[in-house]
Amino acid sequence: MSGRGPGRHRFARRMLLLGGLQAAAGVALAGRMAWLSVAENERYATAAERNRVDLRLIPPRRGWIVDAAGEPLAMNRPAYAVELVPSLAGDVRAALQRIAAIVPLDAEEQARLAAEAAKLPSSGALLVASDIGWEAFAALNVRLADMPGLQPVRTYVRSYPGGEAFGHVVGYVGPPTREEWLRTRDPLLLYPGFRVGKEGVERAAENRLRGRPGARRVEVNARGRIVRDLETRPDVPGETLRLTLDRGLQSFAARRIGEESASIVVIDCETGDLKCLLSMPAFDSNLFSNRIPAALWAELQAAETKPLLNKVTQGLYVPGSTFKMVVALAALEAGVAPEETVRCGGRYTVGNNSWHCHARRGHGAVTLARAISRSCNVYFYAMARRIGPEAVAAMARRLGLGETFALPLPVQRRGIVPEPDWKLARFGRPWTVADTLNTAIGQGDVLASPLQLAVMSARLATGRAVVPRLLADQPIPPFAELGIAEEHLMLVRDAMHDVVNGPGGTARRARLPVPGVTLAGKTGTAQVRRISGRFRGGASVPRRFRDHALFVAFAPADAPRYAIAVIVEHGISGGRTAAPLARDVMTWIWDRERAERALARLEAERARRRRAAEEAARRAAAAAGEAPGRPAELPAAGPGPLRT
Amino acid sequence: MLGLLNARWPQRLAALPWAMVALVAGLGLFGAVVLYAAAGGRLEPWAANHLMRLGAFLLLMLGLSQVPLGWWLRAALPLYALVLAGLVLVELVGAVRGGAQRWLDLGIIGLQPSELMKIALVLALARFYHALPEGYVGRLAGLAPPLVLILIPVGLLLVQPDLGTALTLVAGGLAVMFLAGLPLLYLLVPAAVGAAALPLVFQLLHPYQQKRVLTFLDPSVDPLGAGYHITQSKIAIGSGGLFGRGFLQGTQAPLDYLPERHTDFVFATMAEEWGLAGGLAVLLAYGLLLGWGARVALASEAVFARLLAGGLVVTIFLYVAINMAMVMGMAPVVGIPLPLVSYGGNAMLTVMLAFGILLSLWRERDRAVIG
Repeated sequence: MSGRGPGRHRFARRMLLLGGLQAAAGVALAGRMAWLSVAENERYATAAERNRVDLRLIPPRRGWIVDAAGEPLAMNRPAYAVELVPSLAGDVRAALQRIAAIVPLDAEEQARLAAEAAKLPSSGALLVASDIGWEAFAALNVRLADMPGLQPVRTYVRSYPGGEAFGHVVGYVGPPTREEWLRTRDPLLLYPGFRVGKEGVERAAENRLRGRPGARRVEVNARGRIVRDLETRPDVPGETLRLTLDRGLQSFAARRIGEESASIVVIDCETGDLKCLLSMPAFDSNLFSNRIPAALWAELQAAETKPLLNKVTQGLYVPGSTFKMVVALAALEAGVAPEETVRCGGRYTVGNNSWHCHARRGHGAVTLARAISRSCNVYFYAMARRIGPEAVAAMARRLGLGETFALPLPVQRRGIVPEPDWKLARFGRPWTVADTLNTAIGQGDVLASPLQLAVMSARLATGRAVVPRLLADQPIPPFAELGIAEEHLMLVRDAMHDVVNGPGGTARRARLPVPGVTLAGKTGTAQVRRISGRFRGGASVPRRFRDHALFVAFAPADAPRYAIAVIVEHGISGGRTAAPLARDVMTWIWDRERAERALARLEAERARRRRAAEEAARRAAAAAGEAPGRPAELPAAGPGPLRT
Repeated sequence: MLGLLNARWPQRLAALPWAMVALVAGLGLFGAVVLYAAAGGRLEPWAANHLMRLGAFLLLMLGLSQVPLGWWLRAALPLYALVLAGLVLVELVGAVRGGAQRWLDLGIIGLQPSELMKIALVLALARFYHALPEGYVGRLAGLAPPLVLILIPVGLLLVQPDLGTALTLVAGGLAVMFLAGLPLLYLLVPAAVGAAALPLVFQLLHPYQQKRVLTFLDPSVDPLGAGYHITQSKIAIGSGGLFGRGFLQGTQAPLDYLPERHTDFVFATMAEEWGLAGGLAVLLAYGLLLGWGARVALASEAVFARLLAGGLVVTIFLYVAINMAMVMGMAPVVGIPLPLVSYGGNAMLTVMLAFGILLSLWRERDRAVIG
């Protein structure tokens, strides 16, 4: 076959055709590349940068919470944790199983973590366990090579050296909820192990405690491993919050309360500083700061003593006779002469109904001072009717009832100061004489929190509108005068002095054992259940129906410095249970050693009684078939006729 | 012929188209530079090997350039048979070991008979048409043998399965038949039928091959698998811009975002650091080489030489075009490297063999009668 001829031309044509096609393909490729690298350059350059650079948060260290003297109430303890990056780990379940060989993780926990891992963004890390201890941390570090995606990390765990006594006021931290994240969209909330305040000051002062996160721009390779740091902006730790509380005082008060369900508020009359803000029983914030054990939570929630409720601000009580100072001041202001007497015959009759005084035979002729120190109901019935409910309500509000204060606590309940308009609006029924009389002795619809009662007592003591504060760095505004005549206040204070120190006073147990310092106060009993007749809230009824015991006081009586409010739930008698508590707490302020010695004796006595009760229970159990006896730890309060 | 062999070496060397040799060497050297950067600025593990192979194959290419035309004619069919035997052997070894086996372990190099078959097939077809009398091209006697020559290796490759190389073989073989004068109708009708049968063919594909095609049509269906390859490759090329990030300044490749950055996706690695300028330079270099190859084909007197040169040009073109189209997201992901630039001996060997043959054809382009 020859190279010449028609075949040759055809070959040339076809070769040129193929060459043309190839050239066209070359042009198409060049065009495509120009399109990618010039027209779309910006888009792809951004994509490359997004590939390469990862922004990693540096979570800020949470600010400390300290007491007035700088003693820590909430701090950060260095700890070790283990994280897992699911995208590197591959089989998350298998990885968790391998971790579980070192850090205890039960099956339920593993299932929860695996479910969480599935919801994580692609390069996100999962906090598997926190506060794992140094040994586990070291063991995990050794196995790093054959456990891809594993990240043992150093972290901080919130720690509360004050323990239960500060559970309510300081609160605790916990993982942010979905709602919290949706509200702010703060990426910090997604950081594994990040905690936000859940209760108390931790929650209310979250913004100041949190601080600002730092950031690390890092270059990462395709497997998410950091190649190098590009830029670092350090975190700004949260502020240290100094509270006005006295850690020693509040811890003492908590021990003094023991097993009771009680609230104690101590307030500095001059500055409004809250020195003690205690609600017992409480919870240990340390147990809550990682993850709340479900069983413990259920137990606390079910408990009759409501350990999860901060009773100081959220518990509302009928103030009982502690309200009588309000009525007395209102009466004085309305022009009632202090020496004017009311005859108390043991009852007060309006129409066909009669209201009782707790003294069956009556107090005889009672002046204002005597009415307070003996807690005579009939006197206040008569005065309240004379001046009217509006005057009483107005005085109550001036003294701080029905008021909330600017405190870093999440919830404060307002309580109720009843008056005719309120009743009409609330119940649609007109005010009656019975309402006036019930209010006159602080029963009926009147409701106040322990905090409000402490403020009331501080205002009585100073004549100024004392405003409580919990943050020590807040300015102290000069408190305004209440506008109550000083001689009226002196009358009431003297009467309160007699309640504690005078003969026949209802709170003689509250006398301070400190030379030169006297206490002035007023007892109160809050009915839990409205029962007609008398003495139905005593020791003879089940605990949950027993009356609450109240005591408000200030000291020194002649130059008030501290005011206190004590409420012992189901404590029956303010004079017997609440007043001694106030006495011991106040004693601690002036004579710490004496107070500690007294408490040591009391605790020894409690321990002895507990042992005796256990012994009795054992014996009862040994005598099989026999019904268990009456619990030995019941308070030995007799059914005395004390409605104070 | 003996006279040519005995001609003086300086003259013979001077007669070589050195510009083309330099282009081949230049592309290979540029490949070494890119591989050096892809390894994060290190000769190991790729650039040094690449350079050694380049040197060895350049010598091989120059050696082949001195082979007389007649030798190619006589060796064509034996070579085809040898490579075919290699393919069968690979198939047997693969069957024994399980899974797809594409190479024979020769110790120094894992030899891929399928790559060599690209050249062997062109040789065999050119040899066939060289002996076929004019006028027989369209008849059964002139039609069946080339088809058999094509379909045997294609069948073996489809069994492997290596669809990419099989299609390249079909395309290369058809190109030779087309250049040999096959009536256009014979090409167009099967092409139309083939297009109509595409859905059926698609059904016969392996699931992984189907997935690749689907992913090519829409990379978002598989963003972490094959779609990831295409996406990351486009990011690397697109982020390069006009002149690239600069030598050793790339990020996509050294940080592992770009898969197969030293083999199939080496063009993207290059484009990230050298930009559009680098890409156009590579395209231009290949364009010049292929254009010169076309000149060899057009200038050759002998039918064997013309068809051989034309077929080799198409073979090299398919390598380059398919690889670049894939890397830029214009074709499905198939395992075809960019010859001379990509790391890996077989593609380089195949292309250098092709250039060696082209050089030898160029030297004897005026010879009309071989024998």
